[in-house]
Amino acid sequence: MIGRRPLSCQELVELVTDYLDGALSRRDRRRFEKHISGCDACTAYIEQLRGTITAAARLTEATIDPHARDELLAAFRTWKVERAAG
Amino acid sequence: MSAVALVHPLAVLSPANSLGRMVPAWRRDRTNPSGNADAALVERLRAGDEGAFMELVESYGPTMLRVAGTFVRDRAAAEEVVQEAWVGVLKGIDRFEGRSSLKTWLFSILTNTAKSRGVREARSVPFSALAGAEANADEPAVDPDRFLDAEDPSASGAWAAPPVAWPEERLLTKETLDRIAAAIDALPPAQGEVIRLRDVEGWSSDEVSATLEITSGNQRVLLHRARSKVRAALEGYLDPGVTT
Repeated sequence: MIGRRPLSCQELVELVTDYLDGALSRRDRRRFEKHISGCDACTAYIEQLRGTITAAARLTEATIDPHARDELLAAFRTWKVERAAG
Repeated sequence: MSAVALVHPLAVLSPANSLGRMVPAWRRDRTNPSGNADAALVERLRAGDEGAFMELVESYGPTMLRVAGTFVRDRAAAEEVVQEAWVGVLKGIDRFEGRSSLKTWLFSILTNTAKSRGVREARSVPFSALAGAEANADEPAVDPDRFLDAEDPSASGAWAAPPVAWPEERLLTKETLDRIAAAIDALPPAQGEVIRLRDVEGWSSDEVSATLEITSGNQRVLLHRARSKVRAALEGYLDPGVTT
């Protein structure tokens, strides 16, 4: 995708998401891994992104609105009665 | 100050890495989403188990409301779509065969319900158009000023202001998580929705592109933009020495 020469740091940061998703071509993946094996700064960058992802997974998800919850409970009970009645 | 000692940076991120919060056991099994946990829950639903239904509602209700909002024009319409979709789920539960995961099936009912509401309730700008515009905008992941702009092409594009490891003990504090939540809220809508589904809720890229009806390429670009911005916001907070 970017040719054969070694990746620069600035190019590498644009490929991190594709890399983490396993979406890079074999050749680009090799160039990516070759770069980070010798680059502490890009390794730190990737660790920061991984830290960001790990932390994002800890966010508390929104809870359902109590009114909507009650309506759904009522809908469930209606469904159950109708289902039992065939 | 200890460095962030995460997994080896070369390890490909698997969904299992983002686990660790309190979720019901049947949702935790992300490697086998259409497996036994789904089957057990479906059996309970078919048997009329109210608890099973409410578990499902608590887990997916808020996400369904957000996703419905990507199809219809306002919150009231999105709320109606969600209610109608749940009724569709109950009426169709006997037809669920477990070929897809319960979650995939549930969200396909949701999006079909949303789309059946017609033009009058549709968003004026379709979400897919938003997603395309956000994906095509030229936004670097990192401020170009952080890199060298050297005459010598072999030095150009190297870090001028390299990132440093973050203090591990601060990464998962409430304040840091609040910063992340705020950074996600500040994202353009399509980027925000993609990072919520992928990173906050742990969906796969295929699940996200199928549910939001965007291409996998756009999905990845949006995720990339979103993560890059959230990382930058976090860097500004955890490492104030970085000025950009």
